Amino acid sequence: MMMREGQYDLDSGAGLIACPRCDALHVELELTSGETARCIRCGSVLAKPRAGAFVQLIALSFTSMVLMVGAIFFPFLEISRMGFGNATSLFGVALAFADGVLLPLVLAVLVMIVGLPVLRAFLMVYTLVPLAQGRRPYRHAADAFRLSEQLRPWSMAEIFVIGTSVALVKVAGLATISLGPAFWAFCGLILVNLASRGFMCQTTIWDAIEDAGLPTDGREMVEGRA
Amino acid sequence: MSAPLDAAPDEGTHDGPVMTAHRAGLIGCRSCGRVWPEDQHRCSRCHARLVPPDRRGLQAVWAWWFAGLIMYIPANVFPMMRTETFAGLMGSAEATIMEGVIDLIKHGSYDIAAIVFVASVIVPVGKFIAIAWLAMVAGRPATVDQAHTRLKVYEVVEFIGRWSMIDVFVVAILSALVQLGFVASIHPGPAAVSFALSVAFTMLSAQSFDPRLIWRGLPLRRRVK
Repeated sequence: MMMREGQYDLDSGAGLIACPRCDALHVELELTSGETARCIRCGSVLAKPRAGAFVQLIALSFTSMVLMVGAIFFPFLEISRMGFGNATSLFGVALAFADGVLLPLVLAVLVMIVGLPVLRAFLMVYTLVPLAQGRRPYRHAADAFRLSEQLRPWSMAEIFVIGTSVALVKVAGLATISLGPAFWAFCGLILVNLASRGFMCQTTIWDAIEDAGLPTDGREMVEGRA
Repeated sequence: MSAPLDAAPDEGTHDGPVMTAHRAGLIGCRSCGRVWPEDQHRCSRCHARLVPPDRRGLQAVWAWWFAGLIMYIPANVFPMMRTETFAGLMGSAEATIMEGVIDLIKHGSYDIAAIVFVASVIVPVGKFIAIAWLAMVAGRPATVDQAHTRLKVYEVVEFIGRWSMIDVFVVAILSALVQLGFVASIHPGPAAVSFALSVAFTMLSAQSFDPRLIWRGLPLRRRVK
């Protein structure tokens, strides 16, 4: 079934979009770059395509991977008092919980501040590189992108940075603290995440995955499209 | 993707009756927005499970909500961390969440005390109340204005939930950093784990809530006031 833009079918739902927040139906139209489609009822953003967004997102994903390497291996904070000193990297932070009962928490903390950001960057690259090159997407692109979106709330690098500043104040009276390079790498990571959120439009990526030929049901709008 | 289905394409949000996927006998994918016939179980585009917007989904919300509430009790009773100075000779202090906040106030760092207090007391408690309220009123008839308020509340809960993890990270950083042998050392307490679990469970509870239920109870025609 090949459909023209603006056509829809109320029996099969083809050519329609349902708002994920309030279920209101909308007719699917192709937007040009810079336009924003909002839900008619609840005002949620339905689509917000930006020209060149895929390449930007790929670049930002690579940036965040590089920064993460720095954030893991460089010292994070250094402390000294009365000749006793200690420097800790991110792994040190997580391993602080490593005695016995608290081990699951170590893993959880490591996953939330290192594992998930890296995984999400990798998934984005996996999904977007073929799309940016105009090739067929990889076989699991749809699952990869959905997983990446599901994991978004659990990747907590920015919260970790705020936690660091709270920790700094708490020990300020106890000892002298200095920030290591990994801390700044983490701050950079937050800026990169903010930037990539600005370019992110789920609907556009889903449409692109579909248009680029991932097997769906043939509902992709090919006719009436440049 | 912006034209409303059964109304003239006017600007802004409108208050009149809106055709929803559910009323049309269809089912919308919450992950990618694609619309399918009601008997389909999985979205063919993004492979997400298709869930109809009904109150059965609220069971998961309540289950995670209670799990979170139960874990929140030990998180407040047990100490978050234990500080030892001079190998315990100068005293070792155990601090619960509230004691930690009071400690910060005594040191004069009111702003940080405020951050910790908001992140680990006000936000979790507010979240419990907000999710319970949303789950109770979900699917009940509401006016459009009420529905907008509820959606706002839901969005705030969704956005703010993860920030409660701050206190867990603070404990993690401190206990990794302050290992100065004889001089001073900090160890995590049992409350750190239960607090982390409580935050995770309430996040899951908020994620299980289907915001489409907020709009489900809307009457088809506007009632004359």
